[in-house]
Amino acid sequence: MPETALAIGGQKESFFMKKVMESLPEGGNLNMCLTCGACASGCPATELEGMDPRKFLRMAALGMDEVIEKSDWPWMCTMCQRCIYVCPMKIDIPQLVYHARALRPREQRPKGILGSCDMALKNESTSAMGASPEDFRFVVEDVLAEYREAQPEFKNMQAPIDKQGAEFFLNQNSREPVTEPDELVPLWKILHVVGADWTYGSKGWAGENYCMFLADDRSWEHVTRLTANQADTLGCKVFLNTE
Amino acid sequence: MKIKFTVQDPCQIVRKSFGEPIAEDLRFVVKSIVGEENFIDMEPNRSNNFCCGGGGGFLQSGFKEQRLKYGKVKDGQIQATGAQYCIAACHNCHAQIHELSESYGGHYQVVHLWTMICLSLGILGPNEREYLGNDLKEVAVFHPETAM
Repeated sequence: MPETALAIGGQKESFFMKKVMESLPEGGNLNMCLTCGACASGCPATELEGMDPRKFLRMAALGMDEVIEKSDWPWMCTMCQRCIYVCPMKIDIPQLVYHARALRPREQRPKGILGSCDMALKNESTSAMGASPEDFRFVVEDVLAEYREAQPEFKNMQAPIDKQGAEFFLNQNSREPVTEPDELVPLWKILHVVGADWTYGSKGWAGENYCMFLADDRSWEHVTRLTANQADTLGCKVFLNTE
Repeated sequence: MKIKFTVQDPCQIVRKSFGEPIAEDLRFVVKSIVGEENFIDMEPNRSNNFCCGGGGGFLQSGFKEQRLKYGKVKDGQIQATGAQYCIAACHNCHAQIHELSESYGGHYQVVHLWTMICLSLGILGPNEREYLGNDLKEVAVFHPETAM
């Protein structure tokens, strides 16, 4: 034990943690930590940047807001929720991390995530790779025509875009249409074989949502609403999210 | 062919959304495809599984070194199964685990679930096999004459 008390440089009250607690049901249980360490011992991000989930929560509780704001660790936590899953007090550390991401100005957040979000805001595809609705339609129709001809057992296979009244609305990661279009086909085949009535949307077809990872609430809501609205407009009953 | 498979439980689909029932569904499908005797689970698994490190935007965050270090846990889990294939039903998992396999010398293949379903149904064409290893590349090829 040290002879003199350790001086903690933070504020007397935690403003960051308080603010986060106000936005969560039951305050995310953020002030209920028993410091048992179950979170940290089973977290793959433990030790990165000298941080772990328990330490991060303790720092927030102690009001060390500046350290939290400067740390890159919130970008190395994937918010996988294993910590809250094993926590005896069900403390929502992932939400604390999410809000920590939003502490820094938008333009100072990691460039790759920022760029992918901005791409999604460029047009109504919501694609992090910037593919337009026209590009998407061209690739889907081209690949479909090719496979219908090459594999006659699938000459009636469909890959509709904006089919009114389809049961399933399916979104699609941009990686396939943009970089490896042949990989679109196996899923189409499975849907064809089981007789599923499905459709893509011309709007909001892209499944990835980097605006959410960016902790840009307005933008991720925009992306999500755009694709959900398209499914509603088409009268689809089930939204199949492949992401 | 005695090829062994394991499966990644995606955090988003299992722990964060549908829990144990969908983890069981995933295993039902995978075992139906590869045969029960060829399936080996990672430990821990299902809702208690470790994240691979591809989620939350990590793949695009620029912190590659840290991302691979994060993934060491996942790589260790996969290598401990001794499986030649890891089936990944999530895009982020697929990209990250593929990189882990190359970075840490495990050289296991990482495949989409759709690839394995179509392979088992005998409807997987020659140009839809990007992620199959040499052991399965030539197996049950649908319309081999269309190879590009």
